[in-house]
Amino acid sequence: MELILSAAIGILSASGIWLLLRPRTFQVIIGLALLSYAVNLFIFSMGRLTVGQPPIMPKGGFVDPTRYADPLPQALVLTAIVISFATTALFLVVMMASRGMTGTDHVDGKDKD
Amino acid sequence: MIAAQHLIIAPVVIPFITGALTLLYDERQRRAKLGLSLVSTVLLLIISIDLMSRTKGSGLTGQGGEIAFYLLGDWTAPFGITLVLDRLAAMMLMLTALLAIPALIYSAAGWHKQGQHFHALFQFMLMGLNGAFLTGDLFNLFVFFEVLLAASYGLVLHGSGQVRVRNGLHYIAINLAASLLFLIGVSMIYGITGTLSMAHLSKLVPMLPESELPLFRTGAALLGLAFLVKAGIWPLSFWLPGTYSAASAPVGALFSLMTKVGIYVILRLSMLTFGVAAGPSAGFGAEVLVAAGFATVIFGVLGTMASQGLGRMTAYQVLVSSGTLLTVIGFALMGGGEKMLGGALFYLVSSTLATGALFLLVEPLSRGEGGIAAILALTADAYGLDQPEDDSAPEMGLAIPATLTVLGLSFAACVLVLAGLPPLTGFIGKVAILSGLLDSTALTPSLGWGFLALLLFSGFATLIGLVRIGIQTFWATEGPPPKVLALEFAPVLILIGMICLMTIKGQDTLRYMEDTAQSLLNPTIYANGVLTAPSVEEEAAQQEEVPAE
Repeated sequence: MELILSAAIGILSASGIWLLLRPRTFQVIIGLALLSYAVNLFIFSMGRLTVGQPPIMPKGGFVDPTRYADPLPQALVLTAIVISFATTALFLVVMMASRGMTGTDHVDGKDKD
Repeated sequence: MIAAQHLIIAPVVIPFITGALTLLYDERQRRAKLGLSLVSTVLLLIISIDLMSRTKGSGLTGQGGEIAFYLLGDWTAPFGITLVLDRLAAMMLMLTALLAIPALIYSAAGWHKQGQHFHALFQFMLMGLNGAFLTGDLFNLFVFFEVLLAASYGLVLHGSGQVRVRNGLHYIAINLAASLLFLIGVSMIYGITGTLSMAHLSKLVPMLPESELPLFRTGAALLGLAFLVKAGIWPLSFWLPGTYSAASAPVGALFSLMTKVGIYVILRLSMLTFGVAAGPSAGFGAEVLVAAGFATVIFGVLGTMASQGLGRMTAYQVLVSSGTLLTVIGFALMGGGEKMLGGALFYLVSSTLATGALFLLVEPLSRGEGGIAAILALTADAYGLDQPEDDSAPEMGLAIPATLTVLGLSFAACVLVLAGLPPLTGFIGKVAILSGLLDSTALTPSLGWGFLALLLFSGFATLIGLVRIGIQTFWATEGPPPKVLALEFAPVLILIGMICLMTIKGQDTLRYMEDTAQSLLNPTIYANGVLTAPSVEEEAAQQEEVPAE
């Protein structure tokens, strides 16, 4: 599982960075989206990888923390997903505006001759 | 009693509610929006003054009084989210309010009509700024940063136009990438230490086992990188001059504070986690900060000399100020002492006010024919840029006589502050930094002298660059002076007035800054304070015990 997860994070961020450095706005936004997936998986993995363990502990009595997943990274991921979704949507709007105003989808607003 | 306690969260709640309220009004009811916005910022100023006087109280005992806490949901640290009000936070809150009021007044002269929801975005940005200054929790910091950035994305596009949209696109892209770095850093730090509370973190860092250190430092470095992007540090700063000079005037003024948020967080986190008490990690990253600071100052100076327009020049001045501050933070991490850091804080406030005032001056100065307008047109031609959109039909209003005199004097005051010439605050700040630098024994002399030379050189180059613009605008122009509204003059004069006040009250202000620096250099005060802050329940229990004795 560790191998699959780390490979997924690695591939996603590598493609994300490559796309981010491309000159077209559409490539940039897809790159940012891929990078944010990679980061979300990464945050998730920082709570240690476990299978089938609930994040919420029962009330009272002795609780063995090793039998529960860390709930905090899950909460963080949720927040990060919401925020990156919102900012990506905003970026999309600016991208459309830029396309409409300059007539090109180059990030600098003009194509190289 | 309870009201006074809840005042700490007011700088976050007030702009939030005001921003939401202004959304309810139609765009045509701009006066109502403006009124609400103004009431909110004035309230923020009053509250920040009250909060500051509260933190000023007792000496540096660390026994409450000077640090105030607000436990959200009454969960004690390190489990809950804590808002922490110490001297540094109080100072930054006040600076925010002081800069927001003139920017808002300036926008009333016409800028707030150039697009939609100016006031709502403005208030949400204030909310993000205040929250970032107050929070004592890393993830909460991320959330407030996003609030502030999301609002700033809207603000940078305010007024629209091709130049703004293109620069806005770059600005948003780089900040989204930086936010992702922020998240990676935060989650790595959480994965290793298991905490997000800054205070708890500063307690845990010295106890980290040797095997965990490289990973922890990587996380911290990634986190730092995110803030360095925001502070506009070379080589992460190429987006800044374009974006800042493209932004509309009141937005530019508020943005001059935004790089300082990056500086603030770097200062706070590096002092808390890598300060003297950090054991094997003490002073981590200091060399990088110093080197990056040097490079940024040089880049900013070269940019200032090369720019043809005042807006771009001011943006480069923001970089010079960032670089200077960052170098001093690096020196402080090496053990530079509180005098230098105190001087740097003084410099932070004065340079922020001065660059803010310059951003507000750009437009009135370029309004007349000739002068900057001509150069701007020339530059725009050379680079194939579109002219920024003109203010459509200026408002009827009181035009001030002797326009050029007042404009010239305000401009000269800003130049004096930025170049660090006596008698204004820029001089006091730089002298305080340099005298602290020379007194300090912990630094290698060559580094100290190098910084001294760089600081003096940057002042000199700033002087050359800005005076060149000044001569072209004030002396080498013919024809009638530009018409400038009182609403555009007043904010600049307010900012200059504050700089003058800071000069007159220089000793008191500097003492406050030095005490602030001292408490920053003793992170245990902050950490112990946060971790022992009693919840409301505990406090009630304590108060019941007292009469029983």
